[in-house]
Amino acid sequence: MIEIKDLHKSYKMGSNSLHVLKGINFSVEEGELVAIMGSSGSGKSTLLNILGMLDELDEGSYTLDGVPIVNLNETKAANYRNKFLGFVFQSFNLINYKTAMENVALPLYYQRMPRKEREEKSLKYLDQVGLKEWATHLPSELSGGQKQRVAIARAMAAEPKVLLADEPTGALDSKTSYEVMDLIQKINDQGNTILIVTHEPDIANMCKRIVHLKDGIILEDKKVKQVRAAAYV
Amino acid sequence: MFSRDTWKEIFETIQKNKLRTFLSGFTVALGILIFVSLVGLTNGLQNTFNKFFSDDASNTFYLFAGRTTVPYKGYKSGRQIEFDNSDLVDIEENFPLFMEYVTPRITRSALVKYKNESNNYSTRAVAPSHQHAEKTIIMRGRYLNEQDVKNRTKYAVIGRLVEQDLFGTEDAIGKYVDVGGSMFKVIGVYQDDGGDDEERRLYLPYTTRQLIEKNTDKVDQMIVAFKPEIGYAGAMAFDKSLDKFLREKKYISPNDQQGIFIRNVADQLKQNQQFASVLAYIGGFIAFGTILAGIIGISNIMVFVVKERTKELGIRKALGATPRSVISSILLESVFITTISGILGMIIGIAILSSLGEKLEDFFITNPFINTGLAIFATVILILFGAIAGYIPAKRAASIKPIVALRDE
Repeated sequence: MIEIKDLHKSYKMGSNSLHVLKGINFSVEEGELVAIMGSSGSGKSTLLNILGMLDELDEGSYTLDGVPIVNLNETKAANYRNKFLGFVFQSFNLINYKTAMENVALPLYYQRMPRKEREEKSLKYLDQVGLKEWATHLPSELSGGQKQRVAIARAMAAEPKVLLADEPTGALDSKTSYEVMDLIQKINDQGNTILIVTHEPDIANMCKRIVHLKDGIILEDKKVKQVRAAAYV
Repeated sequence: MFSRDTWKEIFETIQKNKLRTFLSGFTVALGILIFVSLVGLTNGLQNTFNKFFSDDASNTFYLFAGRTTVPYKGYKSGRQIEFDNSDLVDIEENFPLFMEYVTPRITRSALVKYKNESNNYSTRAVAPSHQHAEKTIIMRGRYLNEQDVKNRTKYAVIGRLVEQDLFGTEDAIGKYVDVGGSMFKVIGVYQDDGGDDEERRLYLPYTTRQLIEKNTDKVDQMIVAFKPEIGYAGAMAFDKSLDKFLREKKYISPNDQQGIFIRNVADQLKQNQQFASVLAYIGGFIAFGTILAGIIGISNIMVFVVKERTKELGIRKALGATPRSVISSILLESVFITTISGILGMIIGIAILSSLGEKLEDFFITNPFINTGLAIFATVILILFGAIAGYIPAKRAASIKPIVALRDE
């Protein structure tokens, strides 16, 4: 599903250049649930942003579902993001003046899906995350966990090839974190490919594979026995 | 770009961001409103100026005779200057290139009687061309003609209100009225745009008046009209040489301010028009400034709006919004708001102007109006610049990498 070869990325900080990713080789199969771990500054978020086409790579190659991701202009990147990727952010990033349902329907709007279909589909996904009754509520009326579930529903609504989550539990308490992880595991059980960036070992252990990043290179890449979050909920 | 869905999305955004919508709409509406009002009021001011002159012909000189104050060529000062019939002929003969017509005017107040009704009116004894100078409009019958002057007929042309006063509903044409002791036959009834006073007058042949006054040949006043085609410069030259000619003929010092006086209507009109157009320029300048302020206002708001929405735009881009859709949604939103509020401001402005009508006449503003084309032009300009002002920050926002936009707090 994801194929990365010899990936380099550096940021210019004034006159200095900060080499963040120093040759990453990495691939993900369909249906995997991968945790990318590392301390802050290890390059894990940068990797995720490149995977999510939110940022550009300097060197190396990136293939997503057999499509080489090269020479992207903004329009092409936007279309790929819309077609291939779903995002979940640490700070939820819901649009605050849109209701839960409208937020979930937004990627479908950019897929030019008719309004009625959009509403049905977003209700269906809200139902999956257990928030159907909250469909008409604004994000400000939801708790943190609920917001993240809406964000997950929004990411899933476009039926992406890969779900990318950047510290999805970073802003949540542990109980809510486990609820969100439970949801992510269930989505993974349905066969969806998911990548999670986290620095919390207990969250990483709920995935099926952990990639350790340190100073821009992969330190360790191992399969783990998944801890089911449902046990803690 | 113009699908129903796009518009629905825009309406939702507008509805849910009322303050933003109100601010930009208000700026535009107010800008256009002030522009329309200012231009309209300036036009109203010009209307008033034009109205002062519109009821009389403007290609005329009024010649007045007075008492000399400077001794000249053996004549003492304090001599009363009088015009007479020979002056009319001389002017006509000496200035054929400049002159259109000349008419005397002998004004006398007289008690006018018909049956049991009587009233004091001002009578004017004139030549037929006086009709053009005064812009007298004949309603019924006819005006005085050359035959009346030649034959010294006792004919009178009476004002609409004179007929109303003396005859009531009766038709005055062909009836005889007593004018200061002589019977005059009414041959015409006229109206005049100059107001009620102008319609309470009687016009008589000047020769008849002279006959009544012991067959004199004196005239009080002369009105000389120049040919409009000689233009303003020609009129000024004519004014000068006419003055010189009469001073020589009547032995009046060129330095005497009192002996003879020419009121040049063309010059007065020109000066007033200049004054009015200076006012119009000032008004136009301020109106233009208002539009400029409106453009700057809407630009500021658009920059603010885009800045405020940076994060939202980043989210939208992460979810698959193309730069084009980002730009077009911002632009359509701003153009929609500016169009609606611009038109609203324009309509309110025009409505205010037309409701004013004559109410501000005390402030020299009559029937303020704005050329609809100009109002629409100003509105379109504001919308256009609103769009340009929105496009620049929108384009910048659309080209920010989503990851940067998302980081924006």
